[in-house]
Amino acid sequence: MWPQSLQVQEEYKLGEDTMNKEIIEKLGRHLLDAQENRREVSKITTEHPELTVEQAYDIQEQIVRSKLEQGLRIIGPKMGLTSQAKMKQMNVDDPIYGYVFDNMVVTGQDISLSDYIHPKVEAEIAFVLGQDIQGPGITGAQVLAATEYVIPALEIIDSRYENFQFTLPDVIADNASSSGVIFGNVIKRPEQLELDLLGVTLSINGKIKDLGAGAAVVGHPAHSVAMLANMLARKGLKLRAGEIILTGGITGAILLSEGDSVSARFDGLGSVDFTVGA
Amino acid sequence: MSDLETKFAEHLEQAVATGRGVAPITEMKPDITIQEAYGIQLVTIGNKVTAGSRIVGKKIGLTSLAMQQLLKVDQPDYGHLLDDMVVENGGVISFSSVLQPRVEAEIAFVLKKELIGPHVTAAEVLLATDYVLPALEIVDSRIADWKIKLQDTVADNASSGLYVLGGKPVKPDAVDLTLAGMAFYKNGELMNTGVGAAALGNPAACVAWLANKLFEFGIGLKAGEVILSGALSAAVNAVPGDHFRARIAHLGEVSVSFQE
Repeated sequence: MWPQSLQVQEEYKLGEDTMNKEIIEKLGRHLLDAQENRREVSKITTEHPELTVEQAYDIQEQIVRSKLEQGLRIIGPKMGLTSQAKMKQMNVDDPIYGYVFDNMVVTGQDISLSDYIHPKVEAEIAFVLGQDIQGPGITGAQVLAATEYVIPALEIIDSRYENFQFTLPDVIADNASSSGVIFGNVIKRPEQLELDLLGVTLSINGKIKDLGAGAAVVGHPAHSVAMLANMLARKGLKLRAGEIILTGGITGAILLSEGDSVSARFDGLGSVDFTVGA
Repeated sequence: MSDLETKFAEHLEQAVATGRGVAPITEMKPDITIQEAYGIQLVTIGNKVTAGSRIVGKKIGLTSLAMQQLLKVDQPDYGHLLDDMVVENGGVISFSSVLQPRVEAEIAFVLKKELIGPHVTAAEVLLATDYVLPALEIVDSRIADWKIKLQDTVADNASSGLYVLGGKPVKPDAVDLTLAGMAFYKNGELMNTGVGAAALGNPAACVAWLANKLFEFGIGLKAGEVILSGALSAAVNAVPGDHFRARIAHLGEVSVSFQE
């Protein structure tokens, strides 16, 4: 997987000159505007078919910087496209990442549909690091050793693109569809759980909509964090102690509707619940 | 034993004798009922018992919403497990002993008390269970190309083939089966994941359904019987050389290989 990724990275560099800073800033503002106004937009690759993965991350960085300038704080990074099904669908070998901000954390028991465009929910395991992790070459075992706690979470993803339709660079530029997260109330040390066999059911209004085990996330949720550390290392970045990392959906993403009562049950980690208001 | 049962039992036995799938029964007799299909199954099992096989348990099929939707049914079905269907954990299956095998991961129950319907509950199933084990079921169809409708698979012993049990028995009070996660691998590659709840919301509820269904035929589940409670994930096709492995949380793992 690695040699191919490096090869792809070389290709990004070739494309870099074709898109100047001004366009990247414009596209960043465009997506930020869509998010702030809860308005769906057509995907940016329609107008910029040449957009590369690296340029897409530049746009994402632009959005992240704007949010930080607004005074928002990063809770931690999140991984996307971590399931085989989604990677196959997008025809990629590596997952993607984005950032979750403090204003995305749902603290009550309900969300309002009007705060989103077309939100979907998926069940995940979040990792809280006790130590910094600096790639490259990080393994899942190293991640587990550096992890203080794992927490059950429901992530709300909300692509800013029409009908949730996008290509890989589109979704990366859109901060990996980040929009919300609800954490459970149970925390556990990682050695207390067999995380790849941790079973999860996701129900809406009492009916199971999807289910799976931790292995659905690139074989093991800790592997997802290791891949993230190694991806960030290519940019000279690291994972920091205290960050809460969303590792990727164990279940598929289920579209939310007004009146939905959402409940995810995690083996050994309790349940996470919320309702969807207007 | 009716003429219809004898005729279609022979039809299905033809597939095993020749090693080639046969035409769907529902094509030969479109108005065949589910009750008649179970009658055919009981005749084929009776013939095997007469030939020296022993019934060691039951299997429950069509427990997932996906399978029920595929066959347009709203309830599971069941088949019989015979002593010659067992493969040792880690064993090798010769392709000459199967027709068109598919593999799926399940939770197996071994009973310590009998269960007699028609009002058995999931809680009673757990109380009557000696232990649970991870299992691989090798489903197979005597109907060519798996072109089955509900009546076809019911007549064909619920598409039973072979089964493998993991080596570590676990008491039913040691695990919440509904949330026990499962990871299923073919040749080392993750094929799918699931949890116990994939089987009708609760594997024990599947066994309760079976006990209650069997009551219609005047049959009870006996102490010592092995019950395969239903797939936790989609079945995966097998070809010679393939290796399958399932891991189930708290229950350990089970594996099997195929050869020419």
